[in-house]
Amino acid sequence: MGLPLENAPQKRIYSISEITREIKQILESAFPPIWLEGEISNFKRHSSGHLYFVLKDEKAQIPAVMWRSYNSRLFFTPRDGIKVLANGNITVYERRGTYQFEVVQLQPAGIGELQLAFEQLKQKLREEGLFAPERKKPVPPYPERIGIVTSPTGAALQDMLSVFGRRFPGIQLILAPVRVQGEGAAEEIARAITDFNEYGEVDLLIIGRGGGSLEDLWPFNEEMVARAIFASEIPVISAVGHEVDFSISDFVADLRAPTPSAAAELAVKNKTELREYFRSSIAGMYRDIREQISYYIEKVDHLQNSYALKRPSDVIRQYQQRLDELTKSMELQYQYLMDSRKQQINSLHKQLISLSPQSILNRGYSLCFREEDGKLVKTSADVQVADKIRVQFHRGQIKGKVDEILPGD
Amino acid sequence: MKQKSFEEAIQRLEKIVAELESGEIPLEESIKLFEEGMGLAKFCMDKLNQAEKKLMKLTKKGEDGFQLELLP
Repeated sequence: MGLPLENAPQKRIYSISEITREIKQILESAFPPIWLEGEISNFKRHSSGHLYFVLKDEKAQIPAVMWRSYNSRLFFTPRDGIKVLANGNITVYERRGTYQFEVVQLQPAGIGELQLAFEQLKQKLREEGLFAPERKKPVPPYPERIGIVTSPTGAALQDMLSVFGRRFPGIQLILAPVRVQGEGAAEEIARAITDFNEYGEVDLLIIGRGGGSLEDLWPFNEEMVARAIFASEIPVISAVGHEVDFSISDFVADLRAPTPSAAAELAVKNKTELREYFRSSIAGMYRDIREQISYYIEKVDHLQNSYALKRPSDVIRQYQQRLDELTKSMELQYQYLMDSRKQQINSLHKQLISLSPQSILNRGYSLCFREEDGKLVKTSADVQVADKIRVQFHRGQIKGKVDEILPGD
Repeated sequence: MKQKSFEEAIQRLEKIVAELESGEIPLEESIKLFEEGMGLAKFCMDKLNQAEKKLMKLTKKGEDGFQLELLP
């Protein structure tokens, strides 16, 4: 009787707590952090922010929990039916005596799943207005300081440096070195964008990386990067992967560049083109100023020939002409005066001649002189009887003697 | 005087060229503009011809702010 019990004291008897603790110890130490692949079902987000769901495949299932501190790293919204890869630890929940999977990291199991997550976030951010064209800031045409958020060792940086060096070497580039793939990359990228905004002394930001798998490019599809870009006061160019790759950051950014090299090309104008631009500006200014000057020269010429400006000389010419005329008429007048004076003199001369004694004699008169003293005899009283006289005629003279004096008047 | 930025210089140059092209400015003023424009064009050309700048690294310095370090 009671045989089975006889040995009982020799057997180890566990309390529930004890065994549970032991199971917990064994189980949890047997499985260091592991990856599980499975499908999400019965997904619940608790108001505390913790996520509860079941991971299952065709034959089995395991309850899972993702604490709020971890799920901030989620780049997609988990939901029932999505195949996921979950990283975490097997733990035992003692109160219920169940084991569960504590998820540290959760990601879609395949490209299709990533694509789904991508589309979900895109949809959400679009609805929130993060892609709205009217929210995009213009990219400055001539930035002088450009902030670059990328890996210091990646090809993207080298590509951009070579383009900048070729196109516009005088530009100041400031790098915020970040990881561009893997765990934590998104935080670094987002923080770098925020840092540049705090720093403030750049005109433009370029964020990006070279090509890679969808998983490699994933940080640029993360919500925190999208939000940092959206919040940036500095215009952002997003250049992620190759031309065919589109990332969430491309949609939020103010400008998308197909590649990092293209971002550099979009950011700065070509030095040669700019030089050409300045040359043509200078040539244009020369041409304009020359045109203006010749316009004024023409105008001045025109004015010089104008009636108004020609008038003074005309007036002078008219005066000159008048003066000439006056001079001429004065000469004429003088000539006339001279001529008439000459005439007058002539006539006077004639008159004078006609008055000369000779001309009287010509008319038959004669002159009588006293021979004694040659005095002209004007009356009979001028002579006495026996005086010798000489009579002059028009032609020739005679001498005689006074015989008798006759009284007269 | 604050150093004029490349962008400001280009904007001013564009304005001057447009004003000169309009031909509506008195000669004396347009000669002044022309001289200013030539100065701006030279300034921009000089900027273009500047030697290659070294790549700097943005480093956060505690709460005080940021500093730039030369990258090797």
